[in-house]
Amino acid sequence: MSVQTWTYILVGATFALYIGIAIYSRAGSTKDFYVAGGGVSPLANGMATAADWMSAASFISMAGIISFAGYDGSVYLMGWTGGYVLLALLLAPYLRKFGKFTVPDFIGDRYYSKTARIVAVICALIVSFTYVAGQMRGVGVVFSRFLQVDIDTGVIIGMIIVLFYAVLGGMKGITYTQVAQYCVLIFAFMVPAIFISIQMTGNPIPQLGMGSTLNDGSGTFLLDKLDGLSTELGFNEYTDGSKSVTDIFAITLALMVGTAGLPHVIVRFFTVKKVKDARKSAGLALLLIAILYTTAPAVSVFAKTNLINTVSNEEYSSMPVWFKNWEETGLLSFDDKNEDGKIQYVADKTKNELTIDNDIMVLANPEIADLPAWVIALVAAGGLAAALSTAAGLLLVISASVSHDLVKKVFKPNISDKAELWVARGAATVAVVIAGYFGINPPGFVAAVVALAFGLAAASFFPAIVLGIFYKKMNKEGAISGMVVGIILMLFYMTKFKFGWFGGGTPEDWWFGISPEGFGSIAMIANFIVAIIVLQFTPEPPEDVQEIVENIRIPSGAGEVTGH
Amino acid sequence: MSEKQKKATAYWKENVSYLFILLAIWFVVSFGAGILFKEALDTIKIGGFKLGFWFAQQGSIYVFVILIFVYVRLMNKLDKKYGYNE
Repeated sequence: MSVQTWTYILVGATFALYIGIAIYSRAGSTKDFYVAGGGVSPLANGMATAADWMSAASFISMAGIISFAGYDGSVYLMGWTGGYVLLALLLAPYLRKFGKFTVPDFIGDRYYSKTARIVAVICALIVSFTYVAGQMRGVGVVFSRFLQVDIDTGVIIGMIIVLFYAVLGGMKGITYTQVAQYCVLIFAFMVPAIFISIQMTGNPIPQLGMGSTLNDGSGTFLLDKLDGLSTELGFNEYTDGSKSVTDIFAITLALMVGTAGLPHVIVRFFTVKKVKDARKSAGLALLLIAILYTTAPAVSVFAKTNLINTVSNEEYSSMPVWFKNWEETGLLSFDDKNEDGKIQYVADKTKNELTIDNDIMVLANPEIADLPAWVIALVAAGGLAAALSTAAGLLLVISASVSHDLVKKVFKPNISDKAELWVARGAATVAVVIAGYFGINPPGFVAAVVALAFGLAAASFFPAIVLGIFYKKMNKEGAISGMVVGIILMLFYMTKFKFGWFGGGTPEDWWFGISPEGFGSIAMIANFIVAIIVLQFTPEPPEDVQEIVENIRIPSGAGEVTGH
Repeated sequence: MSEKQKKATAYWKENVSYLFILLAIWFVVSFGAGILFKEALDTIKIGGFKLGFWFAQQGSIYVFVILIFVYVRLMNKLDKKYGYNE
């Protein structure tokens, strides 16, 4: 069977599964819709969190980015996993004990203020919308490459699927589809990785294959070989980076803290029964994520070595079929600058003749390694699962922010549960349409902004939540001014250096030598400092709020989550 | 301070001291071994891996997973000790 047929079968089968689950797990109340009824098991929540978290970027782009960045790519590996340690130790158990539906719920109640709640809603919307646009685009891209429909049609198909199960099932539908999506995406990621690891090193475990010797009888270690090839072509050694230590440090920190502060990840921990379960499911989530995250750097090494071996200094006319196929998609392009008919892939930009998109490393990897057609099709189904699961989680945060935090808590407190459920569904529908619009007409800044969503989350939520739990005397004035300063500082730095507003600037002008991607860590520190300074000049929080804090520190008696 | 409050304070103190220890390890394996001392550790080689590079792309992640499960165990024990388990 051809790749095309396999792709239709696998994508069709997984979509049917998601829809089936959605119909089976419809939401009947706002509690079902926001927190899946509150009785999700730790394992199911761990799987759902893993799928929620691993987006199109993790599945499709990350291994490719690391391929080209080498050691510098470690920021994503450490940053996007290390955040779970913060989440498990500093946030998840306490927020579960607190027992409300959303992150702004916590901020609003803990800081006894409507202003704090509204600031939190705005932060949640900024973070989630920037993130979701990228996901819808990812869905469209996978469709167009594997099923030859155009990107826009792909986005619309994705919208309909997400609309179906997010709007119908809310958190309940999303949770169980995410469990299925985790299985699909991890299988789709591991199968080609294991195949290629065996092919190149004879070791079936990619994590070990990466550090093994090559299969060609030379006895050379794979990483030494790749270091050698890289320096020969004028690049940095693969195992050595080009970014400064300060910047690597700052980016890793911003990604870790941002991960812990992302509302769509935090809300997943409201869905379990007990505080104990929240801790355990954070551990399971990271374990399940780590399977992909420790395999990805191995895939990067295999793919990069394979690529250099296949193309470097070879005749263009003798290139395999996949080369021509991916040239047509524009992800790969060859420009014979010295007209010798051979491909020169070198660091020197004036002599380099090959341009390669990051995404190709995962998407084309099975073809480069000559794997069977069903494996190639599997990658398409996996990429879609990754993008759809994250999109759904984000849409839920958006709809809950509107229906619960704005409509119910600010504008219309006596709205009935049934009416609130309909508002939530309506908000989810509007959010899908907006996300789809951005997917079809991506503003140029989407790609740049997705990475910065972490900086925004780090600069706004993380300090406010941590202080709310660990610093009993923190008051609303401190927390609100901290969040406002943090997010504005981050927005300023990001627009200045990414879009050239406020006079723009080059990397030489970066503050402390820190890139916009890493600036979230500085903005977070600013948030903490501002909050603590303002606290000194403003009144203590009321007695009952301090009691809430004492209460969330004790794990027992978590009870049911409620919206009231 | 009531008996109940004393118990809660003692529990919280132990909890925070666990957090300090676990987060110190979290910092050392990632920011320490994977970033600040990467160069020095790279002179040591285990199999095909330079050690600093291994920590940055593999080792730190394994330690993160272990840390959370250790935390889960410690806290379950602590909850029991103070009668907060359910």
